[in-house]
Parts: sequence; C-alpha cells; structure tokens
Amino acid sequence: MFVVKDLSWRGLPRLSFSLQPGELVCLSGPSGSGKTQLLRALVDLDLNQGSLTLHGMARESLPPPQWRRRVALLPAESRWWAATVAEHFTVLDEQQLARLGFERDAGGWRIERLSSGEKQRLALLRLLANRPEVLLLDEPTANLDAVNSQRVEKMIRGYLEATGASCLWVSHDQQQLERLCDRRMIMTAEGRLEVS
Amino acid sequence: MTTLSTLDLSIAALLVVALALTARRVYPGLAKQLLLAAARTAIQLTLVGLVLKTLFANVSLLWVSLLALLMLAVAGREVMARQHRRFTGTWGYTIGVVSMFISSFSIALFALVVVVGHKPWYQPQYAIPLLGMLLGNTMNGIALALDRLTQSAWEQRELIEARLVLGHSASEAVSGIRQQVFRSGLIPIINAMAAAGIVSLPGMMTGQILAGVPPVEAVKYQIMIMFLIAGGAGFGTLAAVRLGVRRLFDERERLRLDRLKR
Repeated sequence: MFVVKDLSWRGLPRLSFSLQPGELVCLSGPSGSGKTQLLRALVDLDLNQGSLTLHGMARESLPPPQWRRRVALLPAESRWWAATVAEHFTVLDEQQLARLGFERDAGGWRIERLSSGEKQRLALLRLLANRPEVLLLDEPTANLDAVNSQRVEKMIRGYLEATGASCLWVSHDQQQLERLCDRRMIMTAEGRLEVS
Repeated sequence: MTTLSTLDLSIAALLVVALALTARRVYPGLAKQLLLAAARTAIQLTLVGLVLKTLFANVSLLWVSLLALLMLAVAGREVMARQHRRFTGTWGYTIGVVSMFISSFSIALFALVVVVGHKPWYQPQYAIPLLGMLLGNTMNGIALALDRLTQSAWEQRELIEARLVLGHSASEAVSGIRQQVFRSGLIPIINAMAAAGIVSLPGMMTGQILAGVPPVEAVKYQIMIMFLIAGGAGFGTLAAVRLGVRRLFDERERLRLDRLKR
C-alpha cells in the first residue's frame, strides 16, 4: 500500500491519500491546479514536506534512485537521450512491444523518426521495464488514437493485475475516467483533493 | 637584448588609437571599450612590473604567497563573472577558486620543486610567471566548463529529470552533459598543443627568444609549460565539474536549478 500523509510543497494545502495494491485511481481537475506538481512531489523531484510510505517503508529509508524505480512517474512528454530506442532500455520485451502495436525490430528505430504517439507508448514500456510498484501516469494517452489508447489501457490494467501495483492516472477524458477508475480524486483549483 | 623606450611604446599605442578613431563612427561603444582596455593594459602591466621588481629584490616566501593568493582571488572573480547562470551565493565564487587552487597551485608547486628545481623553490622569477601562466589557462578552462555545465543543466532540465524518474542516479543523469563540459574545458589547450610551433609561436617561448635565450632552451621551457597547463586545465576542470554537479543536486538527488542565478 502506498500512503501519502500531509504532503505539501511551496506552501500549498497538505494532501493525504492512499493507494491500495492493484487499485487504479484517476486524478482530474482544472489545468493549473497542480496535478503534475503532485506527481513530481511523489517521486521527489521538487522540494516537499510530508510522509510517503510504500509497504511501510519511508521514502527517506531508500536511496532516491530506488524510490523512483518503485514509485515511477510517466511524464506527459517523454525525453530520449541516446540515438536508438533500444539504448534506453535495460530489457526490451518483444511481446510487450507487440502488445502496444510495435514491430519486433522497433528497438533499432532511431529516436528522431518516432512520432509523439510512438514515443509516448515506448516511454510507458521503458517505465514498466523497471517493474514499478506504484505508477504515476500524467495523461498517458493524450497523443494517442482510440486503438492505441485502448492498447495502453489494457496493458496497464494487465500490469496492475499481474503485479499488484497501484496506479494514479491523470486524465481529462471523462469517458476514459468512467471506463477505467476504481476510484476518483479531483484536484480543486485551490490545490485541495476531493476523494470520491 | 634591445630595450624599448617610452617613445617606442607610444608608437605602438598609435596603432590602437588609429583603430579606435577609424571604428569610432560605426562602433562608438566598442572604440571606447578598446581605448579603456588598452589603457588598463598599460597601467596594470606597469604596476605589475614594479611589484615584480620589488619582489625580485627581496626574495621572501611570504610575499610570493601573498601575491599568489591575490592572483587566485582575482582569477576566481573572473571565473564567476564569465558565467551566464552562475551558482547563487558564495558557491559561484568558491567552486572556481577551490578548483583552481587544487590544480594550479599543486601543479605549480610540483613544477617548481621537482621539474625546475631552482633553490629556493619559491624564487619569484620562476614562481610568479609559472603560476600566472597556469592560473590564466586553468581559469579559462574552468570558466568555460562551468558556464557550459550550468547552461546545459538549465536547458536540459526535462531530459535530466526524465532520467532521474527512471531511477538513474544524478551522476548518470548528467553523464552526457558532463562529457561535453569536460571537452569544452580542455579544447583550448588541446588546440594550443596541436598547433604549437606550426601555426603559432607560443608567447612565452617568443619572449625568451627575444630576450636572447637559445631557441632550443626556450622550446624546452615551452614544452614543459604546455604540459603543465594541460594538467592544470584538465584537473581543474575535472574538479570544477565534480563540485558543480554536486551542487546542482541535493541529498535526495533532486535537480536544484533554484541554486542557479536566473
């Protein structure tokens, strides 16, 4: 279980919530309310106060890279630093590639030739290769068509069922929210969380 | 050696004045800057000449050390001033000074004691020019490297953070930047060594030849200086990059761009 208690940053209201194993919680709210900031605080990218625990382990007890591998953020825009796709992966699973609609040789593709949708899907695979226990997804299907959105949704659902990981999914798409969530949280314009 | 009279220098100065007059119309600001810089050269070098004259007359470790520290302090200020996005607070100054101290001072000491071997080792005639050349070049390398480091971190924030969230350590996340930064710090001396003697005759060697030293002896000194500078600039840049990267991240390996000047 992932427990967030009294988390706050830059003087904003304190937030508390928790994610159960296997649970998919959707987070929505007006733009600028701080959803991305919340995700950044959860992976400890920005200065913040409060207690974060994963299965009873405080984040301070883990070195930052380990914490970030377990509590993993998929940013809205992916970044790539090497020339080809495969260089960004420790392991590139061909079956997983196929499930997201890629050909087997996608690992050899050059980054500059990828479309934004391809990058987004590959970034998800890159993240899942770390076998995270909490997924924080910032609009993971924003650049995708209907077919690929469904592929991504299916893959994440499958991952949660297989591993018992939890997921916090930021989305603006009402239909997607209804289709996916076990539970919903809404961030208000003042930066408070309403849990339903 | 033929000495130069004030008249000789005035004739050389006419060249700068002529340039300023010619450029005055199109580049008024630059002409003024040029004259000011030329005046500074004349005044600063005359003063340093007098200081060195006194220093050479009274060989004392204390005075040599004091002058060396003054040179270091000024070089540190120069490194800081050349950075577009320097570290805030005292860090902007200390990173440069510490790196220059580690590299230039220890290498100058090594050269004076082991390589040159004059007695006493702090003989100002050797110690001050040697340290000056080392500091000047190390300063260039460190200033370039730190400027590049902070600028790249600023521009590539999203890339660095993308690697951090994938569980890369701070050091891995900036590995690409670090390579480029180290390269930019070393390029000036690599170029100088590669072109030495073919494209340009290095200043120190030229000076010694003008003073009547046999060319082969002057060349030996120049080769030593080039190697010392390569070491000084290289180790100084390594130290500066290491300290800089450390300061860019905090204990939770967060990229702290708030520690840079906006």
